This record gives sequence, structure tokens and C-alpha cells, in this order.
Amino acid sequence: MFKLEPRVEFSPMISFLGPLFSIVLTMIFGGILFFSLGVDPVAAIKMIFWDPLMSETFAEYSRPQILIKAAPLILIALGLSLGFKANIWNIGAEGQYIMGAIFGATFALSLYPSESVFIFPVMIIAGIIGGGIWAMIPAMLKVKFKVNEILVSLMLVYVAEQILALASLGFLRNPDGAGFPGSRNLNDYPSASNLELINGTGIHLGVLISLLMVIFFYILLFRHSLGFKIKLIGHSPKAYAFSGDSPNKMVVICLLVSGGLAGVAGLFEVAGPAGQITIDFNVGYGFTAIIVAFLGRLNPIGIFLAGIIMALTYVGGELTQFMLNLPAAAIQVFQGMLLFFLLSFDLFVNYKLKFLKD
Amino acid sequence: MRNLFKLIAIIPLLVFANIGYTADMKVGFIYIGPPGDHGWNYQHDVGRKAVDKAFGDKVETVFQENVPESADAERVMTQMALSGADMIFATSFGYMDPVLNVAKKFPKVKFEHATGYKTADNVSTYSARFYEGRSVIGHVAGKMTKSNKIGYVASFPIPEVVRGINSAYLAAKKANPNVEFKVIWIFTWYDPAKEADAAKTLISQGADVIMQHVDSSAIMTVAEEAGVYAFGQASDMSEFGPNAHLTAIINGWGPYYVKRVKQAMNGTWKGGEQTFDGIKSGMVVIGDMSDKIPDDVKKEAMAIADGIASGSMHSFTGPVNKQDGSPWLKAGETADIGTLLGMNFYVEGIEGDIPK
Repeated sequence: MFKLEPRVEFSPMISFLGPLFSIVLTMIFGGILFFSLGVDPVAAIKMIFWDPLMSETFAEYSRPQILIKAAPLILIALGLSLGFKANIWNIGAEGQYIMGAIFGATFALSLYPSESVFIFPVMIIAGIIGGGIWAMIPAMLKVKFKVNEILVSLMLVYVAEQILALASLGFLRNPDGAGFPGSRNLNDYPSASNLELINGTGIHLGVLISLLMVIFFYILLFRHSLGFKIKLIGHSPKAYAFSGDSPNKMVVICLLVSGGLAGVAGLFEVAGPAGQITIDFNVGYGFTAIIVAFLGRLNPIGIFLAGIIMALTYVGGELTQFMLNLPAAAIQVFQGMLLFFLLSFDLFVNYKLKFLKD
Repeated sequence: MRNLFKLIAIIPLLVFANIGYTADMKVGFIYIGPPGDHGWNYQHDVGRKAVDKAFGDKVETVFQENVPESADAERVMTQMALSGADMIFATSFGYMDPVLNVAKKFPKVKFEHATGYKTADNVSTYSARFYEGRSVIGHVAGKMTKSNKIGYVASFPIPEVVRGINSAYLAAKKANPNVEFKVIWIFTWYDPAKEADAAKTLISQGADVIMQHVDSSAIMTVAEEAGVYAFGQASDMSEFGPNAHLTAIINGWGPYYVKRVKQAMNGTWKGGEQTFDGIKSGMVVIGDMSDKIPDDVKKEAMAIADGIASGSMHSFTGPVNKQDGSPWLKAGETADIGTLLGMNFYVEGIEGDIPK
């Protein structure tokens, strides 16, 4: 029949055509799905991929919105990609994202209503610390007791969610909020607000920083010795051991960086688009970022593109729901198809299909 | 020949008549979950369909399900407004600040926000006096319990939920002085697994009537299996527990939605209004009573519902003390709206603390 053979030579042709084919295949199968639901498949697919970028009615608003939606995904995925390259698995970015937001918001609201230009910069640091501390727990347990970091980081997401509920109902609850859960809105507190950089677009500092981080990570991974060490420990822990560095140091660095970035992503979100700490503040960026990291093949440029594509399917998917009456589940299936095809075409980047004669 | 020409001349008109048609008004709805939840979102969607039915081709309704209470809500509402929606119903509490932000950007679009407290020139709020329904089912629960223990699965410790517990307790206590309430807080509106676990815990503690202020039908299913009683929440849930289902508090949004859309069409709609309606206007409806309820209890329960609707009765009528024993309502005094809307204390007799 046939068998898969590892590719000896890297084929740039395939790695370019793979994503293209998978998007085409998603459109075909997604179109069949939409058609069977009684919706014009061409209109639906145009609305997902084209209208958010190009339509007269929506594009002006949705172009920057795509960047805003992609920014936390890119920030978190960049941090995670370091660890994933080094075989250090931080699955709990969602929890670190929450803790970053809580640390930053708590600092700001403890100073409310005093105004100072230093508040927002310190909030950013508090966000990094919050996420960093939360990631240090699995790091320390792994270093000291060899506890599996996958389990610890994942479980700490649920702990963070409980702390989030506690904050919304307790120590951060808006005293003027008629007893309802949720903190004060940071957008009403000028010193603590993650302001728009370009008027009317909603683009905030976090978007800018996520783009700068793409460049920074590119340099780090491909031009700096730390990037080399990370790749080395991932490929061959034994070879790494000869370098004289302790593998524990890598565990700490990777978790600290990914936790800190997830934390700061949470901070930018709570001080900007979300505005306040609420019980449902987290909407899964930390988990989606894992997909984005792998979709982008753990490469900073790839992660940037993957983040944008994910954001596009979210924003465009929403349009199809209320414009064409597609159920939310159909859009999720569509997104799932896209990921499935992208990842399955990855197989052909690393393997060759060989037909065997009987 | 002439007739043929006439006929041909008419054809474009017919085609145009079809293409050129647009509804006078576009009304958008956003839901926190799927309309298939048989609870909160389902009833809002029933309300949306009532608008469809009432106005036919004149009004086009659109909706978006599973909209998180975050920045995503703001984006969805903005896109709806950009697509030409004239009116948007945001049907969950957490959409409050996003609604106000979007309303600022689209001053001509009319916004209606369910259960919130912030308004603007083009934002009105609406909420139902569910506590009135709790008085009715509280009475039924007090009469139907044999163990004198009533379980209550609560979502979040917000005034609306606390109000419901107090109202149900006062009615149950009046019907049966030996009654005890056990409350479990699960910090979610919709999580069938957690809801079922909470119900099982309450049943194992001896509760034989379960009340709920969470959205799914999981508790009804558990009650049916355990052979205890429960009440439908937001919708009639008897299909999930034909023996367990006593009655239901049904959310009736349809009349309000139709009224507000009509006002928007004829120009009498106003922002800044806060509607808080109950049994009288049909925003709170008591469902069908089960055969398991004795006739006299049915009659008493309906008398409570009728009394509240006519204004001769009130769910919170003194003398009522707060949990710590301090006086709240004097004999014959009824609760004022401000205290009700911000209620953050239990009444005397309920054990346990409201989580902080």
C-alpha cells in the first residue's frame, strides 16, 4: 500500500503549500457543512475570511479588532513556545493570565482614586509578577521534587479561577456596584487605564508590545545563545548536560517567561478591552494560545500569523452567526476543521508519502 | 400582443418588489449561552420569537448565542450595530459595561439591558421580580416537604439570588414553621455537572424538596432519580422529571419585548428607564401545578400569586428581622425597592453565611 518516510531534506515548497491546501480544504468541507445547514456556503466563507478585512460596513472596525483579539494569543503563545521547544510543558497559561490581571488590578484599585503617571507602568510589572509567581509554583515543584509540571500548571488554572471569583465577590468588588460581583471599571480610572493608542480603533499598548515581542523572540531564538540552549535541551538533554548548565535553570527560565507573558497579557486585557475583574473575566486565551503556538510551529513569525488567523475566524465567525443565522457550534466545527487540516498537513512537512508495490 | 407586453413590463416590478424589500427595523439579541439550554437563554429566545410573530415582515430579528461577558460582548454588539441593528437586547447582567460603551458610540441605536443597573440616554434596563414567583413555590415547598428540609442550589451571591432565597424561605416558613433551608452556592449559572452534584449533596443531607437558582435541568433529573421534588427554573422542566416537577417559575419576556419594539417603532421608546415587573405584567409566570400537589395547597399557592398580582400581598411583608436578629420590616411594612435591589443579607431563620 503506502508508508510514511521521514523527509531527509526540508522542502520549503511543502511547508508553504501545506497551510494553503488546508485552508482550501476547510473552505470546501466547511462549505458543505454550511450548505447542509441551509446557508449559502459562498456567502458564509466570504463573511468569515473577507468581510472582517475588506467589507465596507465592518472592515474599518474589525481590522483593528482582529489585532486586539490576536494580541493576547500571540503574547501567551510566544512565551509557551520557548518551553515547548525545551520539552517543558506549561499548560496553565490561563491561570497565569488570570493572576496577572488580578495582581495588576489589585495594585491599581488599592490606590484608587489617586492619579499618577507611575500607576500604569507599575501595574504592568505587577502583571508580570502575578503571572510569574503562578508559573513558579510548578517550576519549583518540578525542580525540587520532580513533580510533573503539566499537571500542576493545569490544576493551578482552577485555583486561579477560584481566586478570581473571590476577587470579584470580595476584595475587589466595586463598593459602588450595588452588591453585584465585579471590580470597578479601570477604564473609568485614567491612571490605570490601558488607553487607546490610535483614537477610535481600540488598539492598546498590549497590541504594540505583542508585535515587538514577535521580533524580540525571533532574535532570541535564532541569534542568541539562550535560544540555542533551549533548542538543544529539547532535542537532546544529554548533549545539553555537557554544556555544564543545569537543566533546572531552563525549567525556571521557560516557566518564568511564559508565566510573565501570560500575566502581562491578562493585565493589558483587564485594564483595556475587558475593563474590570469579573467572575467570567477569562475566556480561554491561555488554552487557545497552546493551539496558536503549535499552529505557528513554535516559530515567532508563524505564531504571529496563526494568532491573526485564529482571531479572524473568531471575528468573522461572529458575523456569520447573526448575519446568516449560523449556530455558534457550526463556527466551532469550522475552526476545528481548520486546525485539523493544518496539523495533518504538517505531517507531510516532516514525512514523505511513498506508495509501495505489492 | 399588448397583454403580453404588459406582462413583460410587470415582471421587473415583481422582481424588484422582492429584492427591494427591507424590514422597517432590525432588532438584535445577544445570549450568554445556547437558546437550547431550556432555561434562561431559551426564554429570551421565546421572547425574540414573540417579536417575530407580532411584527411579521416589519421587524427582522437576529441573535448571537454564547457571547462571553467580556470584551467579546462589546465587539459583537458593535458589529450588530454596524450591520444596521436599530435596537439591541443584551440579556445577561455581565454585558452592563460593554452595553454602555457601545451605546456611547451608537447614540441612535436603542439598547435594552437585562438585570443591570446602569442606564444612559439610549440604554434602558429591565428585570423581573422573580422573588414574587419564589413566594408561590416557597409555599408549595413548605407544604410538600416531609423531612422539613428544603435544599436550595444557588449561583452567585448577588442581590437577585439572595432576594429569591429570602422570599422562598419566608413563604415556606409561613406554610410550615418547622422548615429548614440548606443553601449550596456553586458560583456558576450553567454547569449541569456542578448543579447535579450540589443537588445530590442536599438530598443526602435529607432535603426532599430542591429549589434552584441556576439554569440547567440537571437538578430536575437528579430529583427524579432520587424520588424527591423540584421546581422548573425559567421554563417548565416537567419533561426532565415528570414525577419530581411540582411547578415552575417561567420567565415571560415576550410581552415586554413586543411592547418595547413597538415603542421604538412609533417613537415613544425612552432611554434611562428601569423596568422591574413581576407576575402582574406576565414577566413572571407560574407554571402548571403537578397532580402531586394537594388541591388545597394548589389553591393557596394560586391565591398568593393572585394576591401579589393584584397588589394586596407582597413577598416581603413585616414583621421580618434580618439574620442577626436586628429588625428590618415592622409589622405590615413592605420592603422598599432600594433594599430589594441591593439585598445582601439573609432574613432571620436562614442558617449559614452569604459567601463574601
